[in-house]
Formats: sequence, structure tokens, C-alpha cells
Amino acid sequence: MLSYAFKRLLQAIPTLLIVITLAFFLMRVAPGGPFDGERALPPDIEANLMAAYHLDEPLPQQYLRYLGDLLQGDFGPSFKYKDFSVTDLIQQGFPVSLEIGGLAILLALALGLPLGVIAALKRNSAVDYAVMGTALAGIAIPNFVVAPLLALVFGVILSWLPAGGWNGGALPNLVLPVLALSIQQIAYIARIMRASMIEVLGSHYIRTARAKGLSERLVVWRHAIRPALLPVVSYLGPAIAGIITGSVVIEQIFGIPGIGRYFVQGALNRDYTLVMGTVVFYGALIVLLNLIVDLLYSALDPQIRYDD
Amino acid sequence: MTSTPTTSAASAAGDSLGREAWRRLRQNKAAMTSLWLLGAITLACVAGPWLTPWGLADVDWNAFGVAPTLDGGHWLGTDANGRDLLTRTLHGGRVSLSVAVVATLVSLVIGVLYGAVAGYLGGRVDNLMMRFVDILYSLPFMFLVILLMVVFGRNILLIYAAIGAVEWLDMARIVRGQTLALKRREFIEAAHALGVRDRKIVTRHLIPNAIGPVIVYVTLTVPKVILLESFLSFLGLGVQEPLTSWGVLISEGTDMMQTAPWMLLVPSVFLALTLFCLNFLGDGLRDALDPKTR
Repeated sequence: MLSYAFKRLLQAIPTLLIVITLAFFLMRVAPGGPFDGERALPPDIEANLMAAYHLDEPLPQQYLRYLGDLLQGDFGPSFKYKDFSVTDLIQQGFPVSLEIGGLAILLALALGLPLGVIAALKRNSAVDYAVMGTALAGIAIPNFVVAPLLALVFGVILSWLPAGGWNGGALPNLVLPVLALSIQQIAYIARIMRASMIEVLGSHYIRTARAKGLSERLVVWRHAIRPALLPVVSYLGPAIAGIITGSVVIEQIFGIPGIGRYFVQGALNRDYTLVMGTVVFYGALIVLLNLIVDLLYSALDPQIRYDD
Repeated sequence: MTSTPTTSAASAAGDSLGREAWRRLRQNKAAMTSLWLLGAITLACVAGPWLTPWGLADVDWNAFGVAPTLDGGHWLGTDANGRDLLTRTLHGGRVSLSVAVVATLVSLVIGVLYGAVAGYLGGRVDNLMMRFVDILYSLPFMFLVILLMVVFGRNILLIYAAIGAVEWLDMARIVRGQTLALKRREFIEAAHALGVRDRKIVTRHLIPNAIGPVIVYVTLTVPKVILLESFLSFLGLGVQEPLTSWGVLISEGTDMMQTAPWMLLVPSVFLALTLFCLNFLGDGLRDALDPKTR
């Protein structure tokens, strides 16, 4: 188990290296530089600045320096937010994004799993059709449509909740963004859970459990749920990636000061270092979370052994 | 030695695989309704802009931000600049659907080639190629696409290529798996034993059997591609003025939703309806082409 975790960590390195290398060299071909202002700088000052940021070194040396800085958590200076480094911006934005994203994944599990189980237990009933129909709608309607609609209905027409803003993370401000972010994942998780639950309930050992006279409740809780969870756990990786991607647009719509908004603003302002930094950060995050999900999977499924 | 249900059904009825699948698809009401609706939406987007009295950027000076109405000619209202929303939505549909077709084709070509080569060669080459796909899988592709758009500027050709280049991974895996599995099936062996030539085996047995999952996956790729383009456009990183797309229109509608909610609703309905239909059609095709999974 430990050696498997270690092996997976080693495999993550080439993946991250690809992201970083792509980011670095794209940054070099991008037009413009950190000191392009309205006024051209005098040549000697510009030369000094270039030297201060090591931009006068040969490219391979700069690449290695970038890697070294990254290892120390330094993403370089932001082109547009002059007084901030990219690291500062990520440090400011990440707790906010983490709160929204974490709550969204918890909500997705808290609603998706029971809905899936209920639909499976009441298979082909009105309840099943209602849950699965709603889930299909949740999958087909993208989150950047759902989010403004939620804001329109609950924020503007009914004015029960604020239609946007962060307000230091106050609960009413959290509800709509977290909901908008999790709807699609609720739908996916409910569908996956229903399908795997139906499959498990049809298996031989469930028949055995029933045959030896266990109550339906015990059969479901003790024997069926745990193996049925496995496909959901393996879906958690894509789910997390989906929530991270979704947070970019949700933060933009609701005006939430997380990394996603910095990323979009950086992209629109052509703030190359900020965009590169966030891409590398997201890459590392997704790789790390995938690793955790895989380990969780192996902990849940005793049939999987990671000896090799 | 049992043959697959597909081949036995086809040979018993004397029907081709395609006709058999089409018959099954026609019995699926949801899939057929979706097919008709998709056809209608496509037709409307292709022909509609020529039929409406307004152009994409035409301003009606008497109608700024008018709600949908039957009299006055703006059936679905106008935006804040007095441009006819129906016309703009249909124009946006052209862009969204063209991205769907082109980017899906790009992903199809890359994915089928890559997967078939890996599956056919097998062994170490296959191992290496698939390990590379695994690495690409864990990349945050969405962000790399955005990064490309930032660095190289917004351009519809780049959108086609970038989205297509992102979505081929699943296709490659599916085609490789199919090729590997089919290579050693009994009916292929039987064909070999009967002295059928390699080329005929590939065209008559391999491709018809592998194409089902590919078609199904194409219908699942199309909504993903449309979604990706809308996502980029919504964030202001997709197509540029004077072009528009559903994502751009939804983004404009979001800004105006308090005073002009129809600007949000109209493109949203078009987008959601299209995605809905593609999902239903994909499910229907899967059932029709692969009776084993039912």
C-alpha cells in the first residue's frame, strides 16, 4: 500500500513536468513581457529590470530556475497585479475556492448517494423515473446556465438569497454558488450509484444474504452499499476535476474572489504569469487529488492488492 | 462456439448491421424525437438566418431590449442594442454546431488512428502509447486550452483544433480496446481459417464490429465539444465579435438578466435542448448498436 502510494507519486512527476514545461515555453512564445507599459522604459533601466528578473539568461537556465522556484512554491511575479506575486494571489484565492469546491463535493455526495440508492431500491417506480429524469436534466444543462438562472430566481425574483458577492464567506452567499457547482455532480453520482446498486443487488451473495433470512435493511446497509460505492469512488477523480473547472465559471458569475476568478481575469488581461501559475497549480492539485482518490479506492476494495 | 447476437441476428434476417440497428433505433421514441428535434435545430440554424428579416448585427432603432412578441417582427425579442435575438441565436447556433462537427471530426481522426495503431501493433508499442494517454488524462486540459487561447489569441480555427486535440483520448482508448478484443475473437479466427484475406477481414469483420462503440462515442463527444466551446465563449475566451455563439449569448444574457431575462433564456433553451437531444440520441444509439449491453 505504501509502496503503491510512492509509485503513484513518482508517476505524477512526469505529468507535472509536462504541464510545467508546456506552461513555461508557452509563456516564452507569448507576445509581450512583464514591463510593457504605456510608456517605453529607457533601455538601461529595462536591461536592469531584465537582469533583476533573470530574463537575460539563456532559456535553459531560465527553465531550470523556474523549476527551482516552483519547488519552493514561487510562481513568479504577476504581470498585471504589479504589487503581487502569483503566489500571493493563489494564497489569497485558494482558501475561498477550497471552501466552495469542498462544500460542493460534500453536497454532491450527500444528495447524490441517497438519491441513487432510493432510485435503485424503487427501480422502475415513479420515484425512480423522477430522480433519473431530474438527473438527466442536471447533466444536460451546463452549470453556466444553471448558475445565472438560480441567481435570477432566488436572488432577483424571490430575493431570498444574495445573487452574488462573497461577503467574507457568509452562509447566505455560499448557498447558490455551492448549489450551482454541485448540481451536475449530484446528477452523475446519483446515476452511477443507482446503476451499481442495481448490479450489486442482483448478485449471488445478496441472494444468499436474503436466503438466510436477513432483513432487507441489513441486506442493504451491511452488504450492498459498500461494494456499490466503489464506482462512485472511482468517479470522484473526474468529479473533482469537474468541480475545479466549474469553479472557474461559478466564481466569475457570482463574483467570488477565488483562484478561478483570478485565472479568468488573468486570461482576459493576458496576464501570462498568472495564467501559467494557476494552470500549474491546478495541475498539481488535480494530480494530487487523483492520487488520494486512488488510495481511497484501494482502501475500500479488499480485492485490490498493490503488490507490484 | 456461439457467435455474437449481432452477427447471428444480422445473418438470420439477412439484414446488414446498419439496417438492424436502424430498426432498433426507430423503436426508441426518445431517441427518434431527439433526432427530429436536432434536425430541426440544425436546419433552423443553417437556413434560418437567411429567412429572418434582420442581419446578425442589424440594429432596429425602434426596438431596444424588446421582450419577445409576435407583432413587431422580433419573435424572441431584441438585445440591449436592438439586435434581433432569434437571428443572433441562430447565427450563434451555426458557430456552436460547426465547432461540434469540426472538433469532433478532429478528435475522431486522431483517436481512431492512435487507438487502432496501438491496438493493432500491441506489445511494447501499445504499452508505451497507452501510458502516454494515461499521462495526458491527468492533465488539466481545460486550462491548457484556455492557456492556448490566451497566448495565441482567440480564433475559431484554433478553437476547432484545440478542442479536438483535447477530446481524442477516450476515443483512442475505445478503439484500441475494440481492436485488441476483436483481433482474437472466434469469428475472426474462423474467417482466417476459411482463407479470407486480411483486407477483407478488416473491412467486413473488424470495422463493422468496432464502429458501433465509435459512433456511440461520437454522439457523446459532440455535446462535450459544444459545452467546451460555450464554456470558453461564456468566459470571453471563445469566438470574437462579429461572430457569436450560444456561449457568448448566454454570457450577454447573464449580464442583462435583471432587465431582460429573455436574453438569457432564449440561448440557454437552445443550448440545453441540443445537449438533451444529443444525450438521448447517444443512449438510443448505444442500445441500438450494441444489444449486448441491454
